[in-house]
Amino acid sequence: MALLRRIFTLGRRSSHDREVEAELREHMRMCIDDQVANGMSRKEAKRHARLMLGNPTAMRERVTAEDTALGLDSLLRDVRYALRGFRKSPGFALVAILTLALGIGANTAVFELLDAVRLRSLPIHNPAELSELQIKGGNDGMGLNEGPYSKFTIPMWQEIRRHHDPFSGVFAWRTSEATLGRHNEGRHVSALEVSGEFFNVLGVVPWRGRLIEPQDEASCEVSKVVASYAFWKSQMGSIPITPNTSIYVEGRLVQVLGVTPPAFFGLIVGDRFELAYPTCTPSNPRRDDFMMSVMGRLKPDWNIGRASAYLDALSPGLFDSTAPTGYSSAAINRYKSFRLEAVEAGSGVSTLRKAYDASLRLLLAITGLVLLIACANLANLMLARASVRQRAVAIRIALGASRGRLLQQMFIESGLLALCGALLGIAIAQPLSRLLVASMSTERDTIQVAISTDWRVLLFAATVAAVTCVIFGTFPAMRSAKVDPISAIRSGERGVTGNRERFSIQRLMVVMQMAISMVLLMAALLFVRSYRNLATLDPGVRESGMTVGFFDFSTLNIKPENRAAFTRQLVDDVRAIPGVQNAGATTHVLLNGGSWSHSVHVGSIEGSSRFTYVSPSYLATVGIPILRGRGFTKEDTVNSPFVLIVNQAFIRKFLGGGPALGQLIHVMPEPDYPERHYLIVGTIPDTKYNDLRADAEPMAFVPIDQLPVEAQRPGAAIMIASNDSTAAIDAIRHTIGVRYPLISLNFADFEQGIRDNLVGDRMMAMLAGFFGILAALLVVVGLYGVLSYFLAQRRNEIGIRIALGARRGQVIGLVLRDTAGMLAAGLGLGILLTLGVGRAASAMLFGLKAWDPATMSLAVLLLAAVSFVASWIPARKAANLDPVAALRTE
Amino acid sequence: MAKNDLQGALDLLILKTLSQLGSMHGYGIVMHIRRVSDDLLIVEEGSLYPALHRMEQSSWIQASWAVTEYGRKAKYYALTQAGKSQLASREKNWEQVAKGVQAILGYA
Repeated sequence: MALLRRIFTLGRRSSHDREVEAELREHMRMCIDDQVANGMSRKEAKRHARLMLGNPTAMRERVTAEDTALGLDSLLRDVRYALRGFRKSPGFALVAILTLALGIGANTAVFELLDAVRLRSLPIHNPAELSELQIKGGNDGMGLNEGPYSKFTIPMWQEIRRHHDPFSGVFAWRTSEATLGRHNEGRHVSALEVSGEFFNVLGVVPWRGRLIEPQDEASCEVSKVVASYAFWKSQMGSIPITPNTSIYVEGRLVQVLGVTPPAFFGLIVGDRFELAYPTCTPSNPRRDDFMMSVMGRLKPDWNIGRASAYLDALSPGLFDSTAPTGYSSAAINRYKSFRLEAVEAGSGVSTLRKAYDASLRLLLAITGLVLLIACANLANLMLARASVRQRAVAIRIALGASRGRLLQQMFIESGLLALCGALLGIAIAQPLSRLLVASMSTERDTIQVAISTDWRVLLFAATVAAVTCVIFGTFPAMRSAKVDPISAIRSGERGVTGNRERFSIQRLMVVMQMAISMVLLMAALLFVRSYRNLATLDPGVRESGMTVGFFDFSTLNIKPENRAAFTRQLVDDVRAIPGVQNAGATTHVLLNGGSWSHSVHVGSIEGSSRFTYVSPSYLATVGIPILRGRGFTKEDTVNSPFVLIVNQAFIRKFLGGGPALGQLIHVMPEPDYPERHYLIVGTIPDTKYNDLRADAEPMAFVPIDQLPVEAQRPGAAIMIASNDSTAAIDAIRHTIGVRYPLISLNFADFEQGIRDNLVGDRMMAMLAGFFGILAALLVVVGLYGVLSYFLAQRRNEIGIRIALGARRGQVIGLVLRDTAGMLAAGLGLGILLTLGVGRAASAMLFGLKAWDPATMSLAVLLLAAVSFVASWIPARKAANLDPVAALRTE
Repeated sequence: MAKNDLQGALDLLILKTLSQLGSMHGYGIVMHIRRVSDDLLIVEEGSLYPALHRMEQSSWIQASWAVTEYGRKAKYYALTQAGKSQLASREKNWEQVAKGVQAILGYA
């Protein structure tokens, strides 16, 4: 290929020269050979050939010049020409590049986040081989579930460790927390508890010292840790790791074995660990505590499917031998029917995926549409520019420039714009992406994702830029190259009404812009309204002025049987503090994560219900009224009959909506919670349990004094109602601190906790709103520009109309009718599009449908208003045209 | 209307020669044109090589190095598909030009 050769030889000019030289030399030799064959002497023949060929250097230069003239050289010339053009109209170049940069930047930012959360592989050896083990379909909420990544009990992990044929190695890990400092006074850091194989199987190479190995798994007291690079750098001052390097963790001096490499952040995307310590195997591990995540590295000749089949076959034996005790036989049978499977884990695990995947994809679509509108604007801008330059182009064609050359030049122009826009866009994408992450983080839960511009991001940005370039560059370029030189030079920009065809393309672009911004406005309104619905939703409990106090009294060493009494005392103490309106203890804080359920049998109906154990003052504190029957009193204790207060969903599910008071409820056993029969003594309205979006679930409240002794924990969560929560917290800290100096106190704002659960919806509302406004603005600019341009072309016509007696109103009407036509087409198309794509958003909306008619009318009205505002100014200008001046300027 | 491209004659000659010979080096093209035209047309090397290289850049012909029948190494040129269609249009064009020139000369 000539082009390839050209590029290939670009850096090797001399070798190209040599080739030409050789070609000419051979030519001369053949010439000499022929002459000699014809009988000339060799010397004569040489002279003759040299005469024929002329100066060899000049000749070589001429040939080489041919090679470069059409090559990259001319490309460079086009680039220089384009740059000169931009310098001459810097306003155009600036607007074009900034528009593109914003569009490409926004797209890249969203993609960058999607890439970081979803696509990127873990920075470990051969990540594709990493798979995670899990119970098919989950464990049905059985036992204790410590977190989203904890899927196995320790006995299960021990079984898997013994049978892992498909894997060259398996390991278990879980997230936990560690407290730094000699007396636990230091800060909490996020930690990983890992089995001895963890680093080895992952193939993480120590940055300093060594990492955790199987022999470290001996003791259940943390005595050795591995630091993350960030921790080593910020908390340990990058000191060298020696066998004597140690830090205080949980009040004990522990040895720091080594440091992990900077890139390794753990296995959870969106979170990073600071310390890792070896797990241990207690002598009698709980069989109902799902706490570990188990992963393995597939052997090269195994795949996920085969591994899953192996695990499936392994399951019956595994679940038989690890079944917990203390459950009903039905629960045990369910446990024994669990099946294991393996799933790919090369890109780590993350709750962000489930939470934000759909949102991010939708955002990507939204930013893509914004970019499309921006492209349409640019295309119109370029078209206007092209028509201004029409005469210049016509002259060039007349002088013999080929249309191909002109096309090439136009594309180089738009390509340069796209390139500049893309570079700037990539530069602003990172900060934008960080902003996005920040908008998803909450105080409680910061998201730490490594946002970096990797090849996927670059490829994405380049593709977007290329597509944009084609979209906004093609029409103008084709238009210019199609120019008929003679008529263009003759008429210039003078036509009386202009060329119909040109107008229709520009009109089409405006119609398209309107249709797309209709979709975007609709999305903006929908998400804002959906967020408003969620934020103003009444969850059925008091939100404002509520504080959750966590009282940890494990340091007091209170025996389990006395903990209930102590909690009662604590609640009384808190309620007596001035400024506290009311307070009540609970085992579970509504709407702030966490849940607790029991299996319930009522007659033939079986199912599960949420169970919360609360002190008598709790319901009054959180503002849940008693509908029928009574609330709890101090007389409801372990020694009195077991009593329940249930909500309406409970009554609907288990009692068929019939009378509830006095009904007996059979609650099935599980570890620490023996089988019981409860009497319903009161009913309450439905409230939200955890998820604001979910319908009310069956809920039952039990007096906290009737919490089984085995389930008593050395701590209490107390809901505190007050008018001034800051003052109340101060007073509580002071009073409790004086009375029980060893209790550690923690407070959280209940309302903030609920708001934090809506952070994803808030992000969508904010961003969709922002892009909706941006789209509307772009439409204003686009419409204004196109109308102004049309009117400039029709100056003559309008001048004549006015001169012939058209009234101002008629001229304005002329323009507005034009707008109305485009608007009608745009809106029609937009509504169709909205109906088409609405389904994608439906799942994310709360309290309204994607085709909500009120929202749609509002979007239509907004767009119409915006369009008429944008056309009013050019219309006024046209109406105020001085016909004499307009006609004379020709 | 024919393109009034008299200079295009050289390109036409080269393209036609290559279509007749299949593949040939620069010297061979010169000799062929000379022989076939009975020494009426002598292509100068000073025009030939720039023309060859220009046509190569335009992808009408492609070049490759090969050994001649007398054992010399030479750069051989051959028509590409684009070159063939180029030749066809140039031939047509040339007929028109020749007709036109004839008409001018024959005008009394």
